[in-house]
Amino acid sequence: MAASPEPPPGAASCSGCHAVSAGTKTTVPRIQGRIAADIVAAMAAFRSGARTATVMDRVAKGFTDDETQAIAAWFAAQK
Amino acid sequence: MTKTRSTRRAFLRSGAAAATATLLPMPAIAQAAPRVLVIGGGFAGATCARALKLLVPRTHVTLVEPNSIFTACPFSNDVIAGLRDIKVQQFTYDKIRREVTFIRQAATKVDPQKRTVDLGDGASHGYDRLILAPGIDLRWDGVPGYDEAAAKKMPHAWKAGEQTQLLRRQLEAMKDGGLVVISAPANPYRCPPGPYERASLIAHYLKTKKPKSKLIILDAKDAFSKQRLFQNAWKELYPDIIEWVSLSKGGKVASVDPATNTFVTDFGKHTANVGNVIPPQKAGRIAELAGVTDRTGWCPIDPSTFESKQQPGIHVIGDATIAGGMPKSAFTANAQAKVCAAAVAKLLAGEVPVQPKLINTCYSLVAPDYGINVAGVYRPVNGVLTEVEGSGGVSPIDAPREIRKLEAAYAESWFRTITAEVFG
Repeated sequence: MAASPEPPPGAASCSGCHAVSAGTKTTVPRIQGRIAADIVAAMAAFRSGARTATVMDRVAKGFTDDETQAIAAWFAAQK
Repeated sequence: MTKTRSTRRAFLRSGAAAATATLLPMPAIAQAAPRVLVIGGGFAGATCARALKLLVPRTHVTLVEPNSIFTACPFSNDVIAGLRDIKVQQFTYDKIRREVTFIRQAATKVDPQKRTVDLGDGASHGYDRLILAPGIDLRWDGVPGYDEAAAKKMPHAWKAGEQTQLLRRQLEAMKDGGLVVISAPANPYRCPPGPYERASLIAHYLKTKKPKSKLIILDAKDAFSKQRLFQNAWKELYPDIIEWVSLSKGGKVASVDPATNTFVTDFGKHTANVGNVIPPQKAGRIAELAGVTDRTGWCPIDPSTFESKQQPGIHVIGDATIAGGMPKSAFTANAQAKVCAAAVAKLLAGEVPVQPKLINTCYSLVAPDYGINVAGVYRPVNGVLTEVEGSGGVSPIDAPREIRKLEAAYAESWFRTITAEVFG
């Protein structure tokens, strides 16, 4: 079977705030194509409170480590 | 060449094996492309049509929508308050038309047995999977005295467009010292914090342009979304303008009289200069015609696939659904649409959909530079979309103004981002 283009659970929601299109004017950072470990680290920092946030602290707490890693890997693979 | 053929043969073999193993009715791989009809081109329907086409390009996706221009509800309270031109709220289907078949018609009938949908032009379309994204209809029987004719005098402005502009014009025409009355319905309804954001932004307009005026919210509830955040902000920004009358204080509207702009409650009467009736709501009419609504008027769904619990082969997404803890927001509609598209792709391939996780984020503006939000992460638990324990919640109650300002900017970014994904 070919690799599924389907995002792992939770990942599809992210583009509601994190723009996919490069043309979108936004103050929210893009996450596709980022290094997976960086996304995982950011999510861990949001969850622990080490990194301040307006929304992501409450969103990060909704995901397990495994889920976060799968989401990070998927976004890292997106152009 | 040889390699390509053998790969293709292997693929066909695996497809046949999957079909035998699952014992589900499914189109064989060699058959015609599966047909998916999506009814409704709002945040849910437009997202779903595009997402499905992207996931499985061979699917024949048709989006059915009667309007050629979509007017977005999020940020339409800014239009009402004179902070935004309605054109910023409007989007065409030009990009979507290049990706999926777009039919500018209303759906008039669904036959779940024959799997057909009739359109306003008399044509009948067959489907393998039907996705309904009908949004809301207003319950014209919900507030005695309030009907479609009354809405021309006392706008609801709960579907963005002409109604939004009507309410704006009325506020502009109102004299200083006037009274604005908003009536808010009981749950559930589209955009739970919407009436309070609207009250806030109208109050901002009154404070800056007509400072002797007042605003009363007559509420059919004793509690509402982001309540403490709103009420703290009102105390700070609009202490002499906004008055909230809860259900237990007599806020439930028993009837309205559009001839005199009067709201009648069990405790008295309020005659408004500008009256905004936000009536109770239900799933858009086509959902009822398709037999996917229950006695509440909303649509029970499987939380993993968004397939109707009442009609196999029909999925429902967005405001029309009974989605457990997920509020009826544009973000929710967009998130549900992507999950539904992935599930439909799996079902068409005879595979088992995955257990999804969904996020909602919803911003409200209390003033142009004062934003607050609620966020949540949801997953199916015992057939109901349930907030993940320990996640979600609202903006901190004690956040400094710089944070509120930042949130207002994020809200603007969110609107640009989501509308670019859905319509751009």
